[in-house]
Amino acid sequence: MARIIVVTSGKGGVGKTTTSAAIAMGLAKRGHKTAVIDFDVGLRNLDLIMGCERRVVYDFVNVINEEATLNQALIRDKNCNLLYILPASQTRDKDALSQEGVGRVLDELKKDFKYIVCDSPAGIEKGAHLAMYFADDAFVVTNPEVSSVRDSDRMLGLLASKSRRAEQNEEPINEFLLLTRYSPDRVKLGEMLSVDDVQDILSLHLLGVIPESKSVLNASNSGTPVILDEKSDAGQAYADIVARYLGEDRPHRFIDDKKGFFRKLFGG
Amino acid sequence: MSLLDYFRISKVGTASVAKERLQILVAHERSSKNQPSYLPQLQKELLAVIQKYVNVGQDAISVSFEQDDDQETLELNIVLPDHK
Repeated sequence: MARIIVVTSGKGGVGKTTTSAAIAMGLAKRGHKTAVIDFDVGLRNLDLIMGCERRVVYDFVNVINEEATLNQALIRDKNCNLLYILPASQTRDKDALSQEGVGRVLDELKKDFKYIVCDSPAGIEKGAHLAMYFADDAFVVTNPEVSSVRDSDRMLGLLASKSRRAEQNEEPINEFLLLTRYSPDRVKLGEMLSVDDVQDILSLHLLGVIPESKSVLNASNSGTPVILDEKSDAGQAYADIVARYLGEDRPHRFIDDKKGFFRKLFGG
Repeated sequence: MSLLDYFRISKVGTASVAKERLQILVAHERSSKNQPSYLPQLQKELLAVIQKYVNVGQDAISVSFEQDDDQETLELNIVLPDHK
């Protein structure tokens, strides 16, 4: 049975697209046929993060309007042949996505794919609403920062009340917390909300912590999902997250300050 | 304030402030989220009715909505001016 995952946050710039790209690649690398859809109509960016921006011919809105078939619009990833990308349209018409149209495309994808990852735009407007509406699981991407935590809480309220599962009185969406841009050393100094602080407020199941890492910018610069950088801390953190989502028991990493004694003593 | 206190305060970061602010805010937003959407309008109209008869200010009335497992309570609180 196919599962629809929404990667959401409310707030912008917290790492939704980075996360969507990483977990979609992670799931595909683990042998599951996966599609990742950019719901940010007007501000397409997933294609850049996935490194397929020059191969975009048709987009999500073309498929909804039946100007192209799904197979014409889906771009096969260059690194993994089980991963496909459905890019967003660059149209400025904000009503380009319809609930009926999105539902139809997702139903068609469900026949062929195991996981469908929906990269939500920021905000709580139509694109964000439709990205989460059909979801089975929600990855709530949060930074340890007040505005992000508040927006995540708003988003949780919407997931619980405005989704298809909520409206049809089905089992609620499974919600998971992904804490990104985490700096254990700043947490230790009391300068940053800790994992426990954020969990106290949001009471969510923690799927993983992604440390603040240079590798994320390196990955987006080169258009390869950071999970493929297996040596990097962020890449490993995303690999852990995919494994935990698939039911593996992996201890949490990157939560504690791992600096050596002397670096701690002398700073740096 | 002793020198020691100075160091102690500088050690306490801003994260605890952030957490406290968030806890208050999120609790408040969650409670208002579950309220029926007609509540602000109801409060406005009730105030208009009361102001027809009693000279009260804008903040003299508060309406709160609470939901338990088996019942919903609408609490209306009107503060009348003191008789002098």
